[in-house]
Amino acid sequence: MFQQFRIRAEGVGAEVHRFATNDAALDFVIRFLQDEGLADSLQSTALWAECPFLKLVDLQPLLRLGGLKFEVTRELAAEARFGISQMEWALADTGSLAQNSTAIEQRLVSSLATIHIALVPTSGILPDMPALLSRVNPKECAYLAMITGPSRTADIERVLTIGVHGPERLVIVFVDELGGAN
Amino acid sequence: MATEFKESIHKAVNNANLTGALGKFSEAYKVNRVKAYEGIDFEELRGQISEIKSYAAAHQEELSELFTKNAEAHGAKVYRTKDPGEVREYILKVAMENGVKTVVKSKSMATEEIHLNPFLENAGIEVGETDLGEWIIQLAGQTPSHMVMPAIHMTKEEVSELFSKELDERLSTDIPRLVKVARTALRDKFLQADMGISGGNIAVAETGSIVLMTNEGNARLVTSLPKIHIALVGIEKLVANFKDVVPILTALPKSATAQLLTSYVSIISGATPNTDGSLKNLHIILMDNRRSEMADDPKFKQALQCIRCASCLNVCPVFRLVGGHVFGKIYTGGIGTILTAWFDELKKSEDIQGLCIQCGACKDVCPGKIDIPELIMEIRRRLVKDQGMPLLQKTIYSVVNNRRLFHGMLRAASVAAKPFTTGKFVRHLPMFLADLTDGRSLPAIAEKPFRDRFKEITQPPCKEKAVFYGGCLIDFAYPEMGEAAIKVLNKAGIEVLFPEEQTCCGAPARYNGAYETAAGNAESNIKALLSEDANYIVSACPTCTVALSREFISTFESLGKTELIPEARKLADKTIDFSTLVMKLVREGRLTLKEREEVESITYHDSCHLKRTMQISEEPRELLKQAGYEIHEMFECDTCCGMGGSYSMKLPEISAPILQRKLHNIKETGVKIVAMDCPGCVMQIRGGIDQDGAAIDVRHTVELLASKLE
Repeated sequence: MFQQFRIRAEGVGAEVHRFATNDAALDFVIRFLQDEGLADSLQSTALWAECPFLKLVDLQPLLRLGGLKFEVTRELAAEARFGISQMEWALADTGSLAQNSTAIEQRLVSSLATIHIALVPTSGILPDMPALLSRVNPKECAYLAMITGPSRTADIERVLTIGVHGPERLVIVFVDELGGAN
Repeated sequence: MATEFKESIHKAVNNANLTGALGKFSEAYKVNRVKAYEGIDFEELRGQISEIKSYAAAHQEELSELFTKNAEAHGAKVYRTKDPGEVREYILKVAMENGVKTVVKSKSMATEEIHLNPFLENAGIEVGETDLGEWIIQLAGQTPSHMVMPAIHMTKEEVSELFSKELDERLSTDIPRLVKVARTALRDKFLQADMGISGGNIAVAETGSIVLMTNEGNARLVTSLPKIHIALVGIEKLVANFKDVVPILTALPKSATAQLLTSYVSIISGATPNTDGSLKNLHIILMDNRRSEMADDPKFKQALQCIRCASCLNVCPVFRLVGGHVFGKIYTGGIGTILTAWFDELKKSEDIQGLCIQCGACKDVCPGKIDIPELIMEIRRRLVKDQGMPLLQKTIYSVVNNRRLFHGMLRAASVAAKPFTTGKFVRHLPMFLADLTDGRSLPAIAEKPFRDRFKEITQPPCKEKAVFYGGCLIDFAYPEMGEAAIKVLNKAGIEVLFPEEQTCCGAPARYNGAYETAAGNAESNIKALLSEDANYIVSACPTCTVALSREFISTFESLGKTELIPEARKLADKTIDFSTLVMKLVREGRLTLKEREEVESITYHDSCHLKRTMQISEEPRELLKQAGYEIHEMFECDTCCGMGGSYSMKLPEISAPILQRKLHNIKETGVKIVAMDCPGCVMQIRGGIDQDGAAIDVRHTVELLASKLE
């Protein structure tokens, strides 16, 4: 299912990575942030929304990074370049990610930032939408969000253009250790 | 037809930006849609959707109540009303109570339906559309030209001009740059807005959820950033169960833009927290605006199965020429014509219903399984019933209902048209009739109609009989097609009978809403055709075949003439189109087509009624192959040729460019013969080729098959 997911997600312009361990994934994220110009200045900061992954890794290397914050507000999210969150599920047949986004912080980092980095447990890959909706109870999920690739439009002359109101890049990081292999 | 309307058509077909963008999109769409549906059984999927939606339409009240209960249990306030005026007042009241100064909106057709923006703006509230296309047309002071792609008619130069003016900054025409500019400009509006207004793609009664789909991500911001969210949802968006969203989510993006899924799907089931810890002030408005009346209408309840994908626009040969503005201000295209007739008023659809050429392309792709062409016909019928028919048409149809008079006039016309006839064509007509021969010559009316020639044909002794239904075109314009049919059928041991009392099949009257006339034609024909004892009633005109095999019955049904239906069914059971009958004879070994060795290259044009109404496309191809023709398929082989019966006479400015596209596609194949099964298509395409001057022979399949027999 991972292969199918990768083909579908890359087909709509997402970037897909996979790591065996939490530490390897963390290393990747840190390197990525540094390479892409993380800094403590306007439009260069990163916001990391609360998630299980953060409880499993050594936060020290993260705390040393200038410009990375863990407190999510509208204002900080609006000026951040990177938004990082953990998505619970991935749908193989459409290359989509899904999350219970009832907490607004989860939505802010994934909708206002220019680059959204999404950590996903590899075991969260589901075959399709019916599999997802059978797992979600709307009574306990006031805001179910599905994300398929970066934000896009074709409203001017039918020319596909990436990055309108949402992120212009979606970087998906699967972590096997975050929940088994698939 | 109103002059204003004619002018809007003229403006649209001469707008190169519009026809260019729509034309390109429609060509790409067809290919990409098929790709998006790969591995999915579309018929099964749309079966599910139509079931879900028709159930919901039949249980609107019950589902509305259930939705209200469940959404309110999770912190939403649900407001239900029939009246668009009350919707506007409610939204204004919520805005006033909360001191709202600015509103951001994600795309919502329902808000456009009730003209919400000007109403709120008049009350001093700033309203910002955030869907890029909607923002563009808001800045331009226009209305959407397409339900899914509202600004498809505009060029990047025009957009750049608009943005430059709005932002007081000289911008280039680089599209990614323009999109960035919009992102920045709208981002501030999002962050400052006091209220977000969205529509809803689906509303789930079981859970009180609303589903929103966007590609740009604006609905996520509209529903997340402001502390107040109002979702305006038409009650036709209700479904019973949570699991019902799956088939709709599966079909909608594929049918709308050939995507597997939109970039963002949000399912909101109750109020969510704001960043300051307070709960979202969430209002959901369930709007009726005649939808419940529609649900009670035995014919139009079907239209509530629409999921608003606009695929009926994307495949429409007329829409791709004229775009949405011709259709009016809000809902456009095939389904738009129907929705306008209801949500606005029947009268408003008077002109736009005439745009439908009845080719059936939309019916084939509709994920809600709505018979759009049939519903447009029903609008026609009701308009004629309400308002009567223009005098000229009324006169024509009273003539058509009197066979002797009608056929007498056709004979007279053969003589009257003489001065304008060159060989087999009428190339130019004087004065106000000149449009009719613009880009297409008309066939000369035969000096001796088929009904007269028939009497002179000696047929060999045969053991089986078939009644031949000629139809006006074969009888009076192309009698040689009738003769060819006799030759082929005789060869298979079938004697052809031609009851003289047969007359026009009534399709022209029916397609113009004149059902009484059509019923008169049906009655005459049933009597004439069943007067002979034969195994088959065969026609070489698909439009006539559809009339005989289906429409007589439905015309009687519509008019409540149930006593006539059993005979109509008897006729329908015996009716068969020429190619299907011949294919059957070939398969039974009663006829061998290949009697000569040489192979000729041809291309084949699928006629609308044969391909889409009767689902026949392989039989004629197989017959032609067996007769020694090699088929080189043309691009868009099953797209309408623009004839549409009297359509080409009423709207020549639309019919002509559709024909030009067809001629282009035929010529591109490089072959010298084009075959088709419909004399109406022959009339249109042969006339077009005549004026074009290309050396291409336009033939009915029956002629090509007969020519290969000794």
